[in-house]
Amino acid sequence: MKRALWILAVLLSHWRTHPMQFVTLLVGLVAATALWSGVQALNQQARASYDRAAAIFGGARTAVLIDPAHATFPQQIFVDLRRAGWPVSPMLEDRVQVGGRAFRLLGIEPVTLPPETATVATVGKNDLPAFIAPPGQTLVAPETLADLGVGEGAAPTTGDGVALPPLKLQPQLAPGVLVMDIGMAQRVLNKPGQISRLLVGRQSQGARKPLASIADDRLQLVAPDAESDLARLTDSFHLNLTAFGLLSFLVGLFIVNSAIGLAFEQRLPTLRTLRACGASSRMLNSVLVIELVSIALAAGLIGLIGGYLIAAALLPDVAASLRGLYGARIPGQLTLNPQWWFAGLAMSIIGALVAAVTNLIKVARMPVLAAAKPYAWRETQQRALRLQGLVALMMFAAAGAFLWFGDSLISGFVVLAALLLGAALGLPMILDVALGLGSVRARGPLANWFWADSRQQLPGLSLALMALLLALAVNVGVGTMVQSFSTTFLRWLDGRLAADVYLNATNDAQAAEIKTWLGRRSDIDAVLPSGRAEVQIGGAPVEIIGLADHATYRERWPLLQALPSVWDRLREGDAALVSEQLARRLKLDLGSRLQVTTPAGPWPLRVIGIYADYGNPKGQFAVNVDALIRHFPDLPQTRFGLRVASAHIAAVIDGLRKTFDLDSRQLADQATVKSESKRIFNRTFAVTTALNAFTLGVAGIALLTSLLTLSNSRLPQLAPLWAIGLTRRQLAVIELVKTMAVALLTALLALPLGLAVAWCLIAVVNVKAFGWRLPFQVFPMQLIALLGVAMLAALVATLLPVLKLAWMQPARLIRIFADER
Amino acid sequence: MLKVENLTKTYRSGQDVLTVLRGVDLSVAGGESVALTGESGSGKSTLLHLIAGLDDADSGEVNIGEVRVSGLSDIGRAKLRRLQLGLVFQQFNLVPSLNVADNLALQARLADRHDAGWQAELVERLGLGETLKRYPEQLSGGQQQRVAIGRALAAKPELLLADEPTGNLDEATADEVLGLTRELVTRSGCGFLMVTHSMRLAGMLDRQVHLHAGRIA
Repeated sequence: MKRALWILAVLLSHWRTHPMQFVTLLVGLVAATALWSGVQALNQQARASYDRAAAIFGGARTAVLIDPAHATFPQQIFVDLRRAGWPVSPMLEDRVQVGGRAFRLLGIEPVTLPPETATVATVGKNDLPAFIAPPGQTLVAPETLADLGVGEGAAPTTGDGVALPPLKLQPQLAPGVLVMDIGMAQRVLNKPGQISRLLVGRQSQGARKPLASIADDRLQLVAPDAESDLARLTDSFHLNLTAFGLLSFLVGLFIVNSAIGLAFEQRLPTLRTLRACGASSRMLNSVLVIELVSIALAAGLIGLIGGYLIAAALLPDVAASLRGLYGARIPGQLTLNPQWWFAGLAMSIIGALVAAVTNLIKVARMPVLAAAKPYAWRETQQRALRLQGLVALMMFAAAGAFLWFGDSLISGFVVLAALLLGAALGLPMILDVALGLGSVRARGPLANWFWADSRQQLPGLSLALMALLLALAVNVGVGTMVQSFSTTFLRWLDGRLAADVYLNATNDAQAAEIKTWLGRRSDIDAVLPSGRAEVQIGGAPVEIIGLADHATYRERWPLLQALPSVWDRLREGDAALVSEQLARRLKLDLGSRLQVTTPAGPWPLRVIGIYADYGNPKGQFAVNVDALIRHFPDLPQTRFGLRVASAHIAAVIDGLRKTFDLDSRQLADQATVKSESKRIFNRTFAVTTALNAFTLGVAGIALLTSLLTLSNSRLPQLAPLWAIGLTRRQLAVIELVKTMAVALLTALLALPLGLAVAWCLIAVVNVKAFGWRLPFQVFPMQLIALLGVAMLAALVATLLPVLKLAWMQPARLIRIFADER
Repeated sequence: MLKVENLTKTYRSGQDVLTVLRGVDLSVAGGESVALTGESGSGKSTLLHLIAGLDDADSGEVNIGEVRVSGLSDIGRAKLRRLQLGLVFQQFNLVPSLNVADNLALQARLADRHDAGWQAELVERLGLGETLKRYPEQLSGGQQQRVAIGRALAAKPELLLADEPTGNLDEATADEVLGLTRELVTRSGCGFLMVTHSMRLAGMLDRQVHLHAGRIA
């Protein structure tokens, strides 16, 4: 034990004399752990929220009975089913406006709730009399209480003027949900005797009568699912985040590998001395592992704190993305469980050991007497290079196979991973061939040395160059996708937001008054009535929007495909334009038939067009507004758009606001809605952009550390050139040119690879994840800018070792030339 | 103390076979200092490495005290180097990140034989008192080699093995370092086997053994 401690003290003394190297090692481990654990923290936070949501809705994890044709059904069916032995519990659900914000109101019946809906069960049963007896309770999560801006015990009123039961805090609840007794919910929602669904418990109360004998064909049993709807829906988003986290982790490990490699290289003489002084190989390796694990633990802890900070910083954007893309609500406060901390530390330790494994094996096999050859462990082995090239080809083949045969989101990510890994593994071989070609054309001794030395330097730099290639390719890929999306999105917004002013009256009476008021004004070009209803198709909610027959839509609506005379056909009322994601989900094509159940009876529709509806988590289709109102006679006719000459928009809005006391949620001009949409869009991709920047930064550090590593071990290669007449400045310039040339070559290879990644994201991953496909576009200026950033990063990374060389004291070069050759 | 019997060693590289030692017999008694001389490539260093257990012989035996070196495992050889041997090389092999005091104490601490009094004596006799806080790169070649000798003797070995210990030093410094080494070897009572090219330095030791073409001449 004492001996091990002495060996550890000797090993640790190395870091005292090489503090920068220690910092580099820590930076690598901290960056890797921080980025990985940060992403995991976000995923964990989101998943915990989905579980809360799933538990409170009692939906996906509990079997339910629903009426596929109607939003609600009579409570009497519940009574009949209970009498028939069905362990059912009623639930009423709808959205309510409170204080200008929309909340999901959930009415439950706590006595009959199945025990497996644990959260709900504890909610109702904790204080059953207070929950059921008037005035009752409205249970809310802390986040909801904050959203409402009132304290516990308050009884806020809904937009319809109905007072809620007093609020009571319930930390297990999901945000944005109001839970109360079903009787009170029926009163608040004005749906007496109605329920939305019946939760079906697992515990059977003896023999059940068949469902059809009690409810005819009205109800449909939906089986429970182990995974919540939100968890399934958002899998792609989290997979995306995880992929980014893993990439950053790998790039961080490149730094660790480089720093550990340098440390091992510089400590080889010390290790030999320790062996000569009687330390056994086993003891030495054990202590090296202990040292590494200790450093990884310390760095892991710092990394976890960094990861927490990264997650906390990104959480608002992630929450915005998840809300925007999937309608999922994530609390803004980060809470982490012990597993996260342990997993982060384990990743740091495992990562450090993986990065050091080849060096540890070399030390284990190191003979005491081997001459100190700092370069020996890095010497290129053509066989290894060929093997690496072969694995790269296999990776490309795997990518092709998954692209061809795969039909899932996972297979999309496998294509991406195989493509990137294949390119990274093939990079050293490609660069070796390129530099070999250069050496064939070289004239003169210095040029010969230049190419030969560049090839010799390649193995030491290859890991950093791989990191640069991966980071750049992912940056190009994600950048191209985001830019494609941005361009398409702006064009799409112009089409979707065709009206100049959007208006939503408080009720039909006010809508009629507004229409009369508008009719009297000469500055209104057109009033475009619209409507919005919701139906269930295939067990999922689908929006129907009504469009007026007007040139505004004919000219601008973002149709992707359409039958001839599409707008004339739409006017007839038996046709629909379907959103791209709904078309993909229901496998609808032009000419397909769609059956919709409406209050006025079944409504058969023919699909005559497919339009882009980016970012909408719900499926949607558009019909003629008059036809919509015919089939949904109770639909409030309060929404309309106005066409107004731009010079008069401000006056019209001002007039409407003053005359009808409309607030900003009811009245908005196109420019405001557009800028809000763009803001949401930008937020959606803020996380991606941030992680992108992190990855590129980490790749830059990897390059810097590799170059610093090489700069020390390369001095014996450079000292003879200095001794035979080259100046230090000339040597520095040659080093600079050489590294920049290799970095440029890598960056140029990253561009086509990045475009392939972008294509894969757009054509495979996005389609599977979101249900829509963007047009693939190339943005040359963006590529040039990224190339510039990469070269700048390489220049900064190269400059430090090069300046060190340029300013090196001749005495040191003399010593190196004399002693270390 | 040291007994080498009929030691042979051959190196193979592809088709090439190079026999370096052809049945070497050698012994060194406790307190005795022996110089091993010979031309370059005569097998001097190989013999020293085989004695130290740093390499394996093809045949023959090396015994240090009661220990048969050729039968030892890696851990056994490490223990032998730690407790019974002191090694000094031409390149000094100091730990660059430790100061002189820690370098001196390194092997003694690994052997759990650190003796503050003995170390203080070594420091004084080797003239290292002013340099204890310095690092190897701040020392001259002669000072570095004195630290290396002090480190090897601090653990009180039974046998000190030195491979061209003065090869990097000028003549005067070499004489001074070797003189000190002899004095300390005599004081500690251990055996001393030194490989050298220099007949002049060899003459300073008790006995000279000449190796020629893999055999003791």
